Amino acid sequence: MQVNESAKQFKPTIVAFCCNWCSYAGADLAGTNRLNYPADVKIIRVPCSCRVNPMFILRAFQRGADGVILCGCHPGDCHYTTGNYYARRRMTLLFSMLDYLGIEKERTRVEWVSAAEGAKFAATMNEFVETIVRLGENKRLGDLRCKQ
Amino acid sequence: MQAMMIARAKELLESGAVDRVLGWKTGEFVYDVTPAVFTSAEELDAGFVYDEFCGPNLSKYLISESRKGGKVLAFLKPCDTYSFNQLLKEHRILRENVYVIGVACEGKTDGEMLKAAGIKGITGIRSEGGSLVADTLYGEKTVKKADVLHERCLCCKSKKHVVYDELIGEEGEPDPGCGRFDMVEKIEAMTADERFAFWRGELSRCIRCNACRNVCPACSCEKCVFDNDASGIAQKAAADDFEENMFHIIRAFHVAGRCTDCGECSRVCPQHIPLHLLNRKFIHDINRFYGEYQAGEDTDSRAPLNTYSTGDVEPSIVYEKGGNR
Repeated sequence: MQVNESAKQFKPTIVAFCCNWCSYAGADLAGTNRLNYPADVKIIRVPCSCRVNPMFILRAFQRGADGVILCGCHPGDCHYTTGNYYARRRMTLLFSMLDYLGIEKERTRVEWVSAAEGAKFAATMNEFVETIVRLGENKRLGDLRCKQ
Repeated sequence: MQAMMIARAKELLESGAVDRVLGWKTGEFVYDVTPAVFTSAEELDAGFVYDEFCGPNLSKYLISESRKGGKVLAFLKPCDTYSFNQLLKEHRILRENVYVIGVACEGKTDGEMLKAAGIKGITGIRSEGGSLVADTLYGEKTVKKADVLHERCLCCKSKKHVVYDELIGEEGEPDPGCGRFDMVEKIEAMTADERFAFWRGELSRCIRCNACRNVCPACSCEKCVFDNDASGIAQKAAADDFEENMFHIIRAFHVAGRCTDCGECSRVCPQHIPLHLLNRKFIHDINRFYGEYQAGEDTDSRAPLNTYSTGDVEPSIVYEKGGNR
């Protein structure tokens, strides 16, 4: 019997919350520029990075995400002027709390990606997926009830 | 102290300045002190207590009491006044319907700790310097205060009343050197695996009685996110520890920046989970990242999560440096 090596390899699930105005357009640009980034990244479009409730992040982990990344406009460039400043404070505190509870701190991340930064989007995702593959499966914040 | 409070409450009731009195009464046992509303001098004589067991924070009751018509007299300890002020700031209490008498507090005793220290059959208690003298069915017992006080009282952040109409007893001062973040720093200094093991040990004891949520003066939403049965986190989940993490992270997050560190969550926890360590983590982070902030200290500053500055730290500080900041 032959064991397929590639089937054994860990395929992470990454959830990326992208703001409609900058990062989602940045992801689009990465696509039109034919830049490669792993298909493991599932993008969820949100109106603004501050739309992301801390519960969204935890829910993503519950439903099987191995890493969650939040992308928004650069500070100062928010479409709604100040949304990402609030998101920045919230996420800093939430990530710090996750770290405090012993959840691997590399699993969560915030990156500011503008609509013109397709290359940065692809590079960020490549690097983030690599980090998560190195960390392995999310065992500390998953939910058995959601396992398929 | 108790006699002075009853006398003053009677005066105010008689003059018609207030219609009700919010205070404490003894429950089934002397150490089971519970909040109560008194409407007459007879009731005050029969039930009102203010002693070493009067731990419960009365501020949250004023949300509904201040809306029942008429004026209510409330006796508030220093830490209760912080919660009261925070609720005023959030427009939850009608200030004009409350007459606040600040009462001095030298730390309250935990009945459970007394029992753990081997003192049973308690019928009364009094404070003598640094010790407590308990009358029990088996005679008088003396115990050091430091052994039986509530955790929050051992490192009391402030003995100052931030809001009151009149005071009974002496006014105290905030104590910045109280060391209330020592344990948070100790946990931060552990490795991620140790922290995970520590919190699993604590949070897995949670029975989801929701007492911490119900008692919290900052948690006063009419409709709570955790009451949604479809959420999968409305009750204890036997299958997995996700629910424990989710509930406790979100509970603490929902009061981040508004938590006055009154310590009620840990006081009421039937499983003795140190819930204040989660709240203090947020308070400590806010202090470090966004400048010293004490919720409830005033009624006009903006809450840390309700404002921002362009030069705030980036969230990357967490995954670059982790717990050891």
